[in-house]
Amino acid sequence: MKTRTGLAFLAPALILFGVFVLYPMLTAFSYAFFEWQGTSRQGFAGLSNFSALVNRAPFKTDLPTALLHNVLFFVGTMLVQNTIGLSVATLLHRRARTRRMLQTLYAMPYLVSPIVIGYLWTLLLSPTFGPVNQLLTKIGLEQFALPWLGDPKTALWVVILVSVWQWVGFPVLLYGAALGGVPEELTEAARVDGASHGQVFRKITFPLLIPAIGTVSVLTFIFAMEAFALPFAFGGSTGNPAGSTDFVSLLFYRSAFDSGAVDAIGTSSALATVLFLIIFGGAMAATKVLRRHERRMAS
Amino acid sequence: MTTTLTAADAAPTGLETSGASGASGRRPRRRRGSSASDPVGGVGASILLWGYAVLALAPLVIMVLNSFRTNADFITNPLGLPTSPTVAAYKEAWTVGSFGTYFVNSLAVTAGAVAISTAVSTMAAYGLARSRARIFRWIESLFLSGLMLPIHLAILPVFFLFDGFGLIDSRLGLALMYAAAGVPFSIFVLTTFFRQLPEELEEAAVLDGASPWQTFWRIMVPMVRPALATVAVFRFVPIWNDFLYPLVLLRSESKYTLPVGLTNFFGENATNYSALFAGLVITTIPLIVLFLFATKQIVAGLTAGMSK
Repeated sequence: MKTRTGLAFLAPALILFGVFVLYPMLTAFSYAFFEWQGTSRQGFAGLSNFSALVNRAPFKTDLPTALLHNVLFFVGTMLVQNTIGLSVATLLHRRARTRRMLQTLYAMPYLVSPIVIGYLWTLLLSPTFGPVNQLLTKIGLEQFALPWLGDPKTALWVVILVSVWQWVGFPVLLYGAALGGVPEELTEAARVDGASHGQVFRKITFPLLIPAIGTVSVLTFIFAMEAFALPFAFGGSTGNPAGSTDFVSLLFYRSAFDSGAVDAIGTSSALATVLFLIIFGGAMAATKVLRRHERRMAS
Repeated sequence: MTTTLTAADAAPTGLETSGASGASGRRPRRRRGSSASDPVGGVGASILLWGYAVLALAPLVIMVLNSFRTNADFITNPLGLPTSPTVAAYKEAWTVGSFGTYFVNSLAVTAGAVAISTAVSTMAAYGLARSRARIFRWIESLFLSGLMLPIHLAILPVFFLFDGFGLIDSRLGLALMYAAAGVPFSIFVLTTFFRQLPEELEEAAVLDGASPWQTFWRIMVPMVRPALATVAVFRFVPIWNDFLYPLVLLRSESKYTLPVGLTNFFGENATNYSALFAGLVITTIPLIVLFLFATKQIVAGLTAGMSK
């Protein structure tokens, strides 16, 4: 194909992507380095917007808490979701008849909007009319019929577990695909040599799954750092109760659109830049480690 | 004599039988152990797996069941079943709660975005797959870098961009935004597909005097139809569900999409449980329908997400 023809085919996508994604993404950073008076841009601000994130209310108090919640969200999701996902995928492996059916059922909640999921579980866990607490009372577990979402000590964990419930079908699918790629001769040979299922899994299957686990970790990291809609549905933009479900994206939304601060654009852009660096840097570093690991496995 | 013999014969036989049955009880298990082709964990695992399936679906089933009850019925017995099912909650949500309007808005924005995104990405993917010049590799990596970009963080510049174009509070603007955001994933999947098609196809078409556009439209596009379905279906879900962009970019209630409309409705009707459940079902139903018709595409899309 001639270069000019090729470019003609590319033009519409380039324009659309350039105008609505690349340009805003690049300017997002530049916003953070200027002083702002409402919507009018003033002089160059150096790093003063960034230092405001450390020194000034509400960032001084809210940012560390929110960031901690993002990290807990990531760690909790990794531990619970990966464990369940990997176990389920291992159990499903070789169940040729039911695997597809079950994989599909597990993936169903992923389809549902996080907003719907958040409101649905708010209704289900409602202390007065919630079916969950009604059921717990009925089967004699009154001591667990608590206002799970109303208590600042438990609310964050409800958010995390609900998110795991929604997304678990994803690692099940990915680990299922990765397990399909483990050469049968290897596991078969080990079994013939008298290795137990557990040994085969630890010594052969698991090491071969590490690239898939790494990929899931990177995607989970990005997902956890961006968390917005689900916590919004549970605790509104302020992370109720008492800021216990606050996340960095919620703080960003509040400071950009709800704060009324005169330099809101500058500080919230600085916050977006920091979050971007965390996400991009984290994802890049993890991918690099993974590649190195893959090279070592191959050699 | 014969009887004792029989008895004597019978005794070992009995022993043997019990031994055999014991062995046959153990032997298949041993065989199962040594062969890798049997499921791990046996019946216990099956029960666990189906139990988990129930856990995955129960909340969604409860949501649907309660949407067919009256509010008074739900409050008196939250665990009850819809013994006399009624669609009153749906009527209320659809008209009083404006879910009819939100539904149409969501459908227009999502379908429009998917159509635009798939169209421009298919063209671009074809151009990328069939061009040799170095600039194309550069453009391709530019697009692919978009796979990792957390575009929600660009909401402020997008807001001002839209303000400049007069696109604030515009459903078309929202659709264009989503279309652009879908370009990297669509190009990523489609380029791989186009590269797998033999170039002889186009060479033959060129010999027959077809223009590049005719070759693309008449010959290449029909051949990547399965990939188009995957891309379109897989992009539909996140756009339908997206919350931040309509929350920030739409102003008038008559233009709200379902997730934002739902938030609005929840704020005003926090105790009208059955109508809330109906609203949740209305927001979810198109995706369930899509899923039932296109399970294969969605699963393919999820797995393609892995390789990014």
